[in-house]
Amino acid sequence: MSFLKIQDIHHTYFSNQTAATALADISLDIEKGEFVSFLGPSGCGKTTLLSIIAGLFPPTSGKILLENKPLKANSDLSIGYMLQQDYLFPWKTIEENILLGLKLIKKDEGLERIKTLKLLSDVGLGDTGKLYPRELSGGMRQRAALARTLAVDPKILLLDEPFSALDYQTKLKLEDLVFETLKSFGKTAVLVTHDIGEAIAMSDRIFLFSANPGSVYKTFKVPDELRELTPFHARNHPQYPMLFQTIWKELESLEY
Amino acid sequence: MWHLFIQKLGDGTLLSHSGVTLFETVLGFIIGTLLGTILASLLWWSPRLSKTLDPYLVILNAMPKVALGPIIIVAFGPGFPSIISMGAIISIIITTIVVYTAFREVDPNYLKVLQTFGATKTQAFREAILPSSFPTIISTLKVNVGLSWVGVIVGEFLVSAKGLGYLIIYGFQVFNFTLVMLALMIIAVFATIMYQLVELLERKLIKD
Ligand SMILES: Nc1ncnc2c1ncn2[C@@H]1O[C@H](COP(=O)(O)OP(=O)(O)OP(=O)(O)O)[C@@H](O)[C@H]1O
Ligand SMILES: [Mg+2]
Repeated sequence: MSFLKIQDIHHTYFSNQTAATALADISLDIEKGEFVSFLGPSGCGKTTLLSIIAGLFPPTSGKILLENKPLKANSDLSIGYMLQQDYLFPWKTIEENILLGLKLIKKDEGLERIKTLKLLSDVGLGDTGKLYPRELSGGMRQRAALARTLAVDPKILLLDEPFSALDYQTKLKLEDLVFETLKSFGKTAVLVTHDIGEAIAMSDRIFLFSANPGSVYKTFKVPDELRELTPFHARNHPQYPMLFQTIWKELESLEY
Repeated sequence: MWHLFIQKLGDGTLLSHSGVTLFETVLGFIIGTLLGTILASLLWWSPRLSKTLDPYLVILNAMPKVALGPIIIVAFGPGFPSIISMGAIISIIITTIVVYTAFREVDPNYLKVLQTFGATKTQAFREAILPSSFPTIISTLKVNVGLSWVGVIVGEFLVSAKGLGYLIIYGFQVFNFTLVMLALMIIAVFATIMYQLVELLERKLIKD
């Protein structure tokens, strides 16, 4: 039985005059501990699907099962969501920011607090707890956002282009950090990205989406040789450019 | 004028008139801002309420509030309550509109973050909506300082029993323009002090 089961999801956005079908007939399964990527052209419904998995709004039809239970029944913070920008609250210190999720369920004292602060040093921000987000660089802020997401110990992480606002070097470093952190906690993750290389370097499987309406066009399995490497090293493996070429061609064919 | 100032200060009338007006203004200012913010929160809370009230807010906002003076005096009687209501009512509607707009313009991604943490509506309000609207609330405070002085002075013109507004009307009637000028000076000084206090509050609350 799959860990996360996405079944026949359709989603249509309704406005006063128009109806736009963003997702049609999406079904896919994700295993526990797996890292998958959603890749595809702009507007093919990746964010929409991620928001639905996150439970931000219900799909027009279809259902999502996490460990065989509908999402609603899993109310104990089973989902962690990371966005393109960090969305750290500017009026809170880094420490207050990463304790936010726990504060909302009144567990931000004692052991939980110590664990969370440990998480902050895990992402290399040990001595920034008392600072405000504006005093940190973009990369540091995104790391703090990762710590905030992990603090509530979610069962699955949803990452919506979390590296796209960063410079290339920071992005490569952060890919490694996220990859290793998630592997060490054994987390399941879904990454949305425009970057073919990033998808290959980080994932176990890649779902290529096509637009109008958004649907899964093809699935790629990343070879074991690449999966075992950190993203940075995977980018330098001889298998990497081959897969890159294959996916690139498929993407090209989608756009025309 | 200086002579008059010393004389009026000596017999205690200046102090009591200023005290009355200051008290009314501060209270009107606080009530106006507070009720405006509370009303904005209710509108944010209930989309249905905001849909129903929206046209009334526009009309009330366009209406010159001081024109309501006589009605307020009929309702609350010629005394403190009427004057304080004047000081408050003049700023409530505009505060409501401005603060409610700020509430709605909060970046929805902050709410997304909270929603994935399972936050309730109250928690979302406390953690994101209210704090990110602080800058707007502070700037309405600055506007409201001026407005509540207008409301209170007009209220005192109408009730005409006590306070700096009364001194102005009285001085005008007996052709004692020095008294009028004196009252105006005192108002200017107090209004400036209140404005400075709001700025102090701003520096305390908003760190970036
Ligand atoms: N709130 C909304 N109301 C109406 N239509 C929407 C809404 N959000 C998205 N859409 C439409 O649904 C489609 C899918 O959007 P979505 O944001 O999911 O795409 P995406 O794959 O994440 O794109 P990108 O790669 O640019 O982030 C688009 O055509 C978009 O215009
Ligand atoms: Mg998107």
